[in-house]
Amino acid sequence: MNIADELLKGSRLALSRAITAVENEYDDAVTIMQKLYPHTGNAHIIGITGPPGAGKSTLTDKLAKEYRRQGKTVGIIAIDPTSPFSGGAILGDRIRMNELTLDQGVFIRSMGTRGSLGGLSRKTSEAIKILDAFGFDVVLVETVGVGQSEVDIVKTADTTLVVLVPGLGDDIQAIKAGILEIGDVFAINKADHEGVDRLHTELEMMLDLNQTKIEWRPPIQRVIANRGEGINELAEAIEKQIVHSKESGQFVSRRTNRTKNELLAMLDEQVGRYVRKQLLAYGKFDELVMSVEKREKNPYAVVDDIMTTILR
Amino acid sequence: MEKRVRVLVAKPGLDGHDRGAKVVARALRDAGFEVIYTGLRQTPEQIAEAALQEDVNVIALSLLSGAHNHLFPRIVELIREKGMTDVLMIGGGVIPDADIPALKTAGIAEVFTPGTSTTTIIDYINANVN
Amino acid sequence: MDNESLKLKVAEYTAKVEKASAKFPERKNLEYNRIYTPLDLEGQDYERDLGLPGSYPFTRGVQPTMYRGRFWTMRMYAGFSTAEESNKRYRYLLESGSTGLSCAFDLPTQIGYDSDDVISEGEVGKVGVAIDSLADMEILFDQIDLGKVSTSMTINAPASVLLAMYIAVAEKNGIGPEKLNGTIQNDILKEYAARGTYIFPPKPSMRLITNIFEYCSKNVPNWNTISISGYHIREAGSTAAQEIAFTIADGIAYCEAAIKAGLDVDAFAGRLSFFWNAHNNVLEEVAKFRASRRVWAKVMKERFGATNPKSWMLRVHTQTAGSMLTAQQPENNVVRVALQTAAAVMGGTQSLHTNSKDEALALPTEDSVRVALRTQQIVAYESGLADVVDPLAGSYYVEAMTNAIEEEAWKYIQKIDDIGGAVVAIEQGYIQKEIQDSAYKWQKEVENNERVIVGVNKFQIEEKPIEGLLRVDASVGELQKKKLADLRAKRDNAAVTAALAKLEAACGDDSVNLMPIILEAVKTYATLGEICGVMRKVFGEYQAHATL
Repeated sequence: MNIADELLKGSRLALSRAITAVENEYDDAVTIMQKLYPHTGNAHIIGITGPPGAGKSTLTDKLAKEYRRQGKTVGIIAIDPTSPFSGGAILGDRIRMNELTLDQGVFIRSMGTRGSLGGLSRKTSEAIKILDAFGFDVVLVETVGVGQSEVDIVKTADTTLVVLVPGLGDDIQAIKAGILEIGDVFAINKADHEGVDRLHTELEMMLDLNQTKIEWRPPIQRVIANRGEGINELAEAIEKQIVHSKESGQFVSRRTNRTKNELLAMLDEQVGRYVRKQLLAYGKFDELVMSVEKREKNPYAVVDDIMTTILR
Repeated sequence: MEKRVRVLVAKPGLDGHDRGAKVVARALRDAGFEVIYTGLRQTPEQIAEAALQEDVNVIALSLLSGAHNHLFPRIVELIREKGMTDVLMIGGGVIPDADIPALKTAGIAEVFTPGTSTTTIIDYINANVN
Repeated sequence: MDNESLKLKVAEYTAKVEKASAKFPERKNLEYNRIYTPLDLEGQDYERDLGLPGSYPFTRGVQPTMYRGRFWTMRMYAGFSTAEESNKRYRYLLESGSTGLSCAFDLPTQIGYDSDDVISEGEVGKVGVAIDSLADMEILFDQIDLGKVSTSMTINAPASVLLAMYIAVAEKNGIGPEKLNGTIQNDILKEYAARGTYIFPPKPSMRLITNIFEYCSKNVPNWNTISISGYHIREAGSTAAQEIAFTIADGIAYCEAAIKAGLDVDAFAGRLSFFWNAHNNVLEEVAKFRASRRVWAKVMKERFGATNPKSWMLRVHTQTAGSMLTAQQPENNVVRVALQTAAAVMGGTQSLHTNSKDEALALPTEDSVRVALRTQQIVAYESGLADVVDPLAGSYYVEAMTNAIEEEAWKYIQKIDDIGGAVVAIEQGYIQKEIQDSAYKWQKEVENNERVIVGVNKFQIEEKPIEGLLRVDASVGELQKKKLADLRAKRDNAAVTAALAKLEAACGDDSVNLMPIILEAVKTYATLGEICGVMRKVFGEYQAHATL
């Protein structure tokens, strides 16, 4: 099967296999991505992040249904943590999205972080491109949800939605501090729970004080995701952000930035791979390690040495 | 990057006994597999479509209600219709020995009955997955 | 011997045997001490902690006479295939000395679908009897005197509908609801947490339950309106302490809901009943039964301020642990069930179902059900275990274990209170996670041979496939479909439509008690699926929270 061609013809199996090829770094992954790249850039990418227990999966499910109601097709990537001990993972997000499974306008793929720390998996951005190339109008990316360290999503998404809930306890301050900068739109889920007013007020205050978002003051939308309440309004808030982002030029500058970062990252990877390969050919590497360890040589000099030899 | 074996642990039919499915899911995770758990009451259509979207290597079906003769073959059929010819399909639960040959003919590679250790299942998957 | 010198002696003894036990790795993970002495019961107050049977805190049993009055109700859970087939089995059981009925329904019935629903395919009549309408219920209880027999129904999400059908059948036979005896399981919280046959979200589910409490307190006064079940929590893998803790936490949630709905605690609490698992560890189980009665009595008296002693009593039905039956060497299961029966009886159960040896493989045959029932009869009549009330009281070990289980249960109840009660704890997946952790730990112990299951990980033999298992005829589904088609053609469909419309309106109004309206609907021969369909439409469906 020629995966890229089949995918572009609309084969869901090919779509699925393409993501696998990229995720497992199969030999044909680069070829597939080369063929698909011209077909990317059309989907709007929405990142959904927030602490564990905030109801991200349920909200993702409801947002997807809202976009379906609007006639848009939706690709979903749901990321769960990979166990650092076994390398295995339980990918359990799609259980909240079971009603979408049979909708042919939706495609849900679960991914394990496989060692990546920033809330996404290393291959998330490629997977997004694959869904984009297939033709989905919207791609929703649900991050792992560990709180503060989830900054990767900002670099990957056009719009970042941060989901919070009342009653998460003392660490909420820390979480809020960490996610203030990344949210384009905020949702307060479980808005029927105690403490919602306090959370809302606190969040408004913090957003007002936040100097980094002068151009766009992120709106806060209350929702009760499991009952579908407030989802309409949330989708509207997201839509407004998109319009603003496009009008202000932020949309393009973000995407340009993303492309730059991706190019640099690919370059880093390629160069790193090349250096390592050459290092094997260069030999003596183990000896060098030992001499650094014994303090006979210093590591800075050794690296300088290697670089001048390899990258002459 | 190392390839990970992806397993869909699914509960077809209406029974709510998920102790076994969840124990197996966890054991597979601890053995280094990526496990997608579907939750209860999944129709054959939902299971087959989830398997396609997740591009799993293995589908592990758990059923304790006695509806296996009806549901397992139907899932195999749908998976094949989708062109996923290389998926390893296994089943487990309260399944009488007498039913097993027919299930195997239908395309269920192996059936694990009560008392099976998770190691047996893991070893079987490792030995037979594509 | 004073306490100080006893302490020294115990320490000396422990040190001496410590070395010897190192040789037995299978025995090293046991969670209890090797011996128990008066030291373990320091601070125990007989009057406060035990009392006499039939008096607060009911540690020693809920009735003063216990089995010196009459034995527990021997109630065998049964049902499969069609109402006709199951009716035959019920009459067989009653003729064999069963003293109560216990109905098993098939999964479509338990989840509120008709047999002709596409989702029911392959499931009709499999794990219980298929009931689609009042017509099936009439056949199920044909020639059984509902005024005399007590009937337990394992039905939860659609409990209101099945209870309404039972009331309607009785009425047709000239028996008023005030004469009916029995139990509906009606415990939705453990369905979310452990058993899986839920339909609606928690809020409307709790409304249905309180509607039943209220309706029965006025109209069906002898009916046990709920059987708050730890059985399935244990089957899902919990420990003994978790079983009673999570169940009592569920019980607290039901009481709070009923009180919030305006009911007086003493008006409904006396009709609450419980359902425990009888597991393999005999003495731990006895301690669990005793601890559970003490915890519940305190909850009702101190937390809810109930004043009627009947409200303080934890009355319990018990089933032997299905998950402990092995598919390997199934005849060994007869022995397991006998031990579990001993535990339930020494624990003071009010009624008991004993599993059959072949249930790890299929539904039981008539022969194996008879052996299971005979097991109860042998324990009752021959073993002497039923001759003395609470025979293990005063055992250092059993008393200490009772205290330990009670203490652990309180910790869990406190934790669940902190989370915001059982409903929130389930919605957040806390209870499910605790159960799964225990289940996984158990499985690991078995696989590491730290826990021996005879015939499974030790003492295995080569076995031939078991012959003569019960097989449910695959044509049941077709048969039910045909019955339904006939029914829909024959009944007064205008009356059905009107009754369903009335129900739909009532569902939307929280102030209405739905029971009388459901009763009206079943009498028109509206089907279970139609009635639950209306409620699904208004109430929505529960989305499971799976935490792994």
